[in-house]
Amino acid sequence: MVPTESEGLAVEVLDLVKRYPKSPVNAVDGVSFAAYAGEVFGLLGPNGAGKTTTIGMLTTRVRPNAGVARIGGVDVIRDPVRARAQLAVVPQHSNLDRSISIRDNLIFHAAYHGVPARVREERADELLDQFGLLDRAKDKPDFFSGGQSQRVMIARALMHEPRVLFLDEPSTGLDPAARLFVWDRLRELRDSDVTLILTTHDMDEAALLADRVGIMDHGHLLALDTPEALISSLEGEGTLELTADRPADGSVVDALAAVAGVERVETVHAAIENGGPEPSPDSQPLRVRLYLTGDAALHVAPAAAVLHEHGLALQDVKLGTPTLEDVFIHLTGRSLR
Amino acid sequence: MNAVAARAPELEPGTQWRAFSAVLYRDLYVTGREFHVFLAQVILQPLFLLFVFGKVLGTLNLTQAGYTDILFPGLLALTAVITALQALAFPLVAEFGWTKEIEDRLLAPMPTSFVVAEKVLFAVVRSLIATAIMIPIGILILGSIPWRWAGLPLLLVGLLLGALVGAGFGLLMGTLVRPERITLLFSLVFTPLLFTGCSQYPWPLLDQIRWFQILTAFNPMTYVSELMRGAMVPQVPHITPWKCIVVLIFSVSILLAVGMKGFYRRAIN
Repeated sequence: MVPTESEGLAVEVLDLVKRYPKSPVNAVDGVSFAAYAGEVFGLLGPNGAGKTTTIGMLTTRVRPNAGVARIGGVDVIRDPVRARAQLAVVPQHSNLDRSISIRDNLIFHAAYHGVPARVREERADELLDQFGLLDRAKDKPDFFSGGQSQRVMIARALMHEPRVLFLDEPSTGLDPAARLFVWDRLRELRDSDVTLILTTHDMDEAALLADRVGIMDHGHLLALDTPEALISSLEGEGTLELTADRPADGSVVDALAAVAGVERVETVHAAIENGGPEPSPDSQPLRVRLYLTGDAALHVAPAAAVLHEHGLALQDVKLGTPTLEDVFIHLTGRSLR
Repeated sequence: MNAVAARAPELEPGTQWRAFSAVLYRDLYVTGREFHVFLAQVILQPLFLLFVFGKVLGTLNLTQAGYTDILFPGLLALTAVITALQALAFPLVAEFGWTKEIEDRLLAPMPTSFVVAEKVLFAVVRSLIATAIMIPIGILILGSIPWRWAGLPLLLVGLLLGALVGAGFGLLMGTLVRPERITLLFSLVFTPLLFTGCSQYPWPLLDQIRWFQILTAFNPMTYVSELMRGAMVPQVPHITPWKCIVVLIFSVSILLAVGMKGFYRRAIN
């Protein structure tokens, strides 16, 4: 029996719980969410947050201790075979069949899913072309780079036209060009009514690709909304980055931290950002980032006044608006990286 | 974004069997394309045993006349068991351990038990091909092999049960052994299994070494070897075929049941 509410939902998760044997805590602890057809749904969180376990339960590979998971209205625990026919998984690491060419990887995958012979041949060539792999169709996956394997696995996943496509950390380990390529293909999929569920610990990926983002930590779903809405929940909060003309001692930092509205002050070391050797802090002009509870622009004058009191001149100012990363820090009290 | 999605369609009848056949076809396709690798993998060991124990020792008069009649049925049994074992154990350790190739099958629209059944069936097919090849090789090396048409049905039953015993062992090892322990699998399990299975000596004669006779009685391969002798050289002392069949059916059931359980534990967390 499927309640009528779940009609129209591509993915539905209700109070899902998973505790692995011998583990003292729940890996997933009462998670609920739903995704619509054609939606890109991102699960964002650090390693060990429970994202992959949640996906594992939805894809019939992990058995929940409690709760319900449905794909296209099909209960994945009661009817895993029918659920598998609806979904496809692109894992983080290659699981391609190494004994056969990548074209055969696509064709056999489709055969497992009952796609007729002529259709699977045509579709394989179309997808290989679309993913820029046509010239390597006959190669075995052995010597493919991470990015190429990723492309083959996405193409393979699309061979049986799944309604829901799960991607685990789709751009981890990819170089920037490969990452952009994968993102472009995923955006195209969104337009074809395929529901994408992706897990990531990459803020940019979540913000750029996902229609909605669920933030997970310690097995809990802490927040769930569009990236814009999540960020605007921190409205009025911002950052201010100040660079002075000369080096300065810690008393300036303390004075800045005492300014009304400043939550935290962080000293920025330019040379480290550029990958160079760490310079002595005394030799570098002062550069600090202020985390504020209010609008950044309103804090420029008070901060400049503090610098002036300490005999420093303000050379550069950068106003920052909150990002998903700040939302994560706000929710969990710690950084993702 | 389209908020209205139709419910997932019912499965077309036969979906699971189509998935099963496609996976079996993939395995046969790969074996067919790398048939020389398959041959080397399964034939080399019994070939050398046959050559050294049958041909070399016989020519040097270090074995009694008629030893090859005892040896050949035993080597057929060995080939049946070992080929099926290898067809399951090594790929499974790799697929669950590092290549993860099995995931695409586990996500195919069929029950997990079908994935196991396909593996077992494929191992049996490989095993039967390998034993069939052993027959002309035996004739080529030994000049003649003990052959009784009347024993053929029993021979086929023995080969099938031998293949299933091997598949059961393979399933068990493939799901229990962690990838980093694969060399241990060879030295601690594979080799003892090979030499306590009565393929090179008839079990009833072992009463001169009583403790070894008892030990070999615990290896299911012993009953495959003895069944083969019952079928091909009934004049040689051997365990009564129906006893072998009962023990083998029992062993196969246990091995497959425990192996299946191990597979489920690896496939679904």
